[in-house]
Amino acid sequence: MTKSSFTNIQSEYLAVIDHAKCVRCKRCIQNCGWGTYSFGGDKIIADHSKCVACGRCYTYCPEGAISILKNPTVMRENGNWQDYHIKNIWRQSETGGIAISGMGTPLKYKKYFDHILLDACQVTNPPIDPLREPMELKTFLGKKPSKLELDFNEDDQPVLKNPMPPQIELATPFIFAPMSYGSISLNAQKAMALAARALGIVMNIGEGGLHDELVPFGKNIIVQVASGRFGVNRDYLNSGVAVEIKIGQGAKPGIGGHLPGEKIGADISRTRMIPAGTDAISPAPHHDIYSIEDLRQLIYAIKEAINYEKPVSVKVAAVHNIAAIVSGIVRAGADIVYIDGFTGGTGAAPIIIRDNVGIPIEIALAQVDQRLREEGIRNEASLVAAGSIRSSADAVKAIALGADAVAIGTAALVVMGCHICGKCHTGNCSWGITTQRPELTRRLDPEEYGEKLYNLINAWSHEMKDILGAMGVNSIESLRGSKERLRGIELTDSELKVLGIKHAGM
Amino acid sequence: MITIDAKDMHYKELNKIIRENIASGIKNFFLENVNGQYYIGDGIKGDDITITVNGVPGNDLGVFMDGPSIIVNNNVQDNVGNTMNAGKITIKGDAGDVVGYGMRGGRIYIRGNAGYRIGIHMKGYNTQIPVIIIGGKVGSFFGEYMAGGVMVLLGLNNSEELAGEYFGVGMHGGTIYLKKKIDFSKYSKEVEFLEANDEDMIFLKKYLIEYANDFNLQAEDLINGPFYKIVPSSARPYAHLYTSSAL
Ligand code: SF4
Ligand code: SF4
Repeated sequence: MTKSSFTNIQSEYLAVIDHAKCVRCKRCIQNCGWGTYSFGGDKIIADHSKCVACGRCYTYCPEGAISILKNPTVMRENGNWQDYHIKNIWRQSETGGIAISGMGTPLKYKKYFDHILLDACQVTNPPIDPLREPMELKTFLGKKPSKLELDFNEDDQPVLKNPMPPQIELATPFIFAPMSYGSISLNAQKAMALAARALGIVMNIGEGGLHDELVPFGKNIIVQVASGRFGVNRDYLNSGVAVEIKIGQGAKPGIGGHLPGEKIGADISRTRMIPAGTDAISPAPHHDIYSIEDLRQLIYAIKEAINYEKPVSVKVAAVHNIAAIVSGIVRAGADIVYIDGFTGGTGAAPIIIRDNVGIPIEIALAQVDQRLREEGIRNEASLVAAGSIRSSADAVKAIALGADAVAIGTAALVVMGCHICGKCHTGNCSWGITTQRPELTRRLDPEEYGEKLYNLINAWSHEMKDILGAMGVNSIESLRGSKERLRGIELTDSELKVLGIKHAGM
Repeated sequence: MITIDAKDMHYKELNKIIRENIASGIKNFFLENVNGQYYIGDGIKGDDITITVNGVPGNDLGVFMDGPSIIVNNNVQDNVGNTMNAGKITIKGDAGDVVGYGMRGGRIYIRGNAGYRIGIHMKGYNTQIPVIIIGGKVGSFFGEYMAGGVMVLLGLNNSEELAGEYFGVGMHGGTIYLKKKIDFSKYSKEVEFLEANDEDMIFLKKYLIEYANDFNLQAEDLINGPFYKIVPSSARPYAHLYTSSAL
């Protein structure tokens, strides 16, 4: 039988070297995690089929000699049959495998944040200048009492009658989204830990356990309990500022996780507390949670284990019935609900799920906030919104739609050099982010990127203050769930209705 | 030593009393009139702590437990030993569903039967080998996704069917031992059915002797073979399931 030609599917990109400029320093060979480049005796040779356009080579080429081009060889254009449909059919017919990929969906679904505009003050009420006047971004995540009852102490000072439920204090309403050691490198986690500490915010370590080197960052860490229960024991539960039960992920609602055995080296094995070389499987459900009542049971099992001293969060993917689901989660005793929209990132997901399942975070948030208010339980839990927050504007809009804080995942990886090439599942990330290969992870300096993450969140916080000032409010608290300060453009009546906002001009 | 009358007590209060007494150095607890209280022994630590339970404890007995021993003189409900790290739970009666979910260490000995989803995603790690021994029979999904550790199914109660459906599906680590031969043809293709060898028996012996002592059984009756064992055919059951997408 002749070998199928489908293995030679045309390369996506061409790695083109300008040999006149190239000084043969071979940096590109070292830098590419996918092995695109080799030395052909007198010049650099590129194997185009290996290039994923991760951008590492040209960033580090001292001569600017590399161009990565989209392969101009066309597939016959067809508005219906996109070339990825055709290529995936070929690949799948070769292997019989489920097509997987990394990162959030690259498909161009409508992005509601891009159809929402913010309000500002003109004449009738004054804007505030954040450079001169105090502007409060401090955010507390956790259950709030439905009313405050006060007593007076001996000095006649008011004191709370009932103790405040446990809270996470954030200097600014951002957290680093859950990304586990195993899916990303320890250096990437360390960069976020350093930045979180410097910023007075928190990172979520994901479901892969807590590495020894992150233990000192406990005050800036949320630990996660997922269905695989990796690295979860009593001390683990008590090692951060909160515990999160992971039910789902925006990029793959209803799907479990699966870290292949070849990625489970000694260090990951120790952190996940599983033998090296075995697949780390997170089943789709927690097998002790088949209902809201069961979720309540796990929430309180954790609260007992941490002596009710820290909030418990529940992370869910935004799916069709999200408002009712979150209402159930809040009633089950969650202090924080983390909602991950369908464009959220992932280390690996079947594309058929990633590209087709779930709903946008904007709609989920608006619906959840509305429902919890109607039921009079909005104070019972804080909401964290995630699912590709790309700028401070997205963050502000999310907060106005009802979030207490937003989580930054993909954006944090972009800070570390990620070009969103979507090949995280291969474990070859040239930027040292979604890989465990020591020669690649070594290049990600936690101090350097920790500082860049610090800069980004600082910049976004300043922008947030500018927006608040323009709106004439001096605290992020005043914007929370304030849909009146949002207007839609190019949206249908139904879209405006689910978002709970008016059209521009109204 | 302390005796706590749990009659009409909410679990929150009961567990708080236990935690506070552990903190003040009490090692031995007797809980009387327990009637469905959840989370007894939740997240407690210390190898020298023993809790004896009279009555039927509620769900999640010994969840996240790290070292202590719990002895239950009756039946227990669901989720015993959930994500337990170390210690021992001895149950004189039957256990409900989901025993030892994600359990990483310690022992759970059940004299009677156990329900569905026993030992799901149990894992061994380093020197930690979680062990569950069930005297009677179990329901479906026994050892589903099992990733490590050891389960022993004795079938002492002369039951016809030792286990329900979906035995060992997705199992990718650990070992299940059976004292009775079963027709394995209807079960998971991801595992292999073998006869236990001498090495297995040396390993099992110390646990079976302890089990026999705990329940006043004749150790010889338990140890005398043959035993059968079920192991996964691969530590990587899903290695060839995926292909890289073009997008
Ligand atoms: S990094 Fe640039 S200059 Fe160096 S060998 Fe590669 S193409 Fe040439
Ligand atoms: S993190 Fe993933 S998407 Fe980003 S550069 Fe690395 S492999 Fe590509």
